[in-house]
Amino acid sequence: MHPTIVELEREMLRDDLTPFKVGDTIRVHAKVVEGGKERIQIFEGLVIARQGSGTRESFTVRKISYGIGVERVFPLHSPRVDRIEVLRRGKVRRARLYYMRDRIGRAATRVKELR
Amino acid sequence: MKKAIMGKKLGMTQVFSKDGEVVPVTVIEAGPCVVVQKKTLQNDGYSAIQVGFETIPERKLNKPQMGHFNKNNIEPKRYLKEFRLEDADQYEVGQEISCDIFDEDEFVDVSGVSKGRGTSGVIKRWNFSRGRMSHGSKFHRAPGSLSARDASKVYKNRKMPGRFGVYNTTILNLKVVGIDKNRNLLLIKGSVPGTVGSLVTVRNAVKK
Repeated sequence: MHPTIVELEREMLRDDLTPFKVGDTIRVHAKVVEGGKERIQIFEGLVIARQGSGTRESFTVRKISYGIGVERVFPLHSPRVDRIEVLRRGKVRRARLYYMRDRIGRAATRVKELR
Repeated sequence: MKKAIMGKKLGMTQVFSKDGEVVPVTVIEAGPCVVVQKKTLQNDGYSAIQVGFETIPERKLNKPQMGHFNKNNIEPKRYLKEFRLEDADQYEVGQEISCDIFDEDEFVDVSGVSKGRGTSGVIKRWNFSRGRMSHGSKFHRAPGSLSARDASKVYKNRKMPGRFGVYNTTILNLKVVGIDKNRNLLLIKGSVPGTVGSLVTVRNAVKK
């Protein structure tokens, strides 16, 4: 990529977010615009993937909502992500936890905790 | 045409709009350009400005080219182009044109030379449809029938495989998302013709 673009992207990166990794359980405070009004919506779940680099980096959060798996992808540096809380640090051996999609019941949200 | 500038395509990235939406943008290093010559109605039969972009060392020029720049003490430029602006006579030779002639949220047209694709088949070049690849189909990516039997000839302008790309093309009505005056950058929503590093021309949207 052109050095100027790299520089341009570096300026747009956010450094105020709590660092987190794949396998962590996090709470994303996302800004949603509803009927002209802005409010904060919380999405809590397991980070199953992080992809991309620079401003294009995004992460996927998976949770089980009323028995149904829900995944949401957030652009990491988006101004719509208000803040991120890390609830649990997980110990995982993979960069993408897509195998969680095949899990049923209690195993579906469980990841070994990092000591 | 009210205003125009030459630039270099640096590549694409994405930015966030004010309300947090992701916008794909092309980064163009636009200008600074210098007016090298003025064409006037009396002298040349039409009015226009000749603009130069990207400074190069003098040793890269031959003597006639050098004379053209030396006439008005202008640094040698790699690219020269004429813009037939409506207010061409308002410009002075030696005047600098920078990317701040455009505003944010303004619409522009971007011209450039499209990427070369070499010898291409009919699907890529003319958007023909493909036959199915399996289930005994013997028709995959071929052009199909070239003409009718009774015609006994192939009509002119028949779409066939061949050289594709490397032609002048213009994308109309692209939005300027951002301007960086210090680095002479224009961020334009969407894609723009040409490879990274190729010359592009940005002008105000003429059909908007």
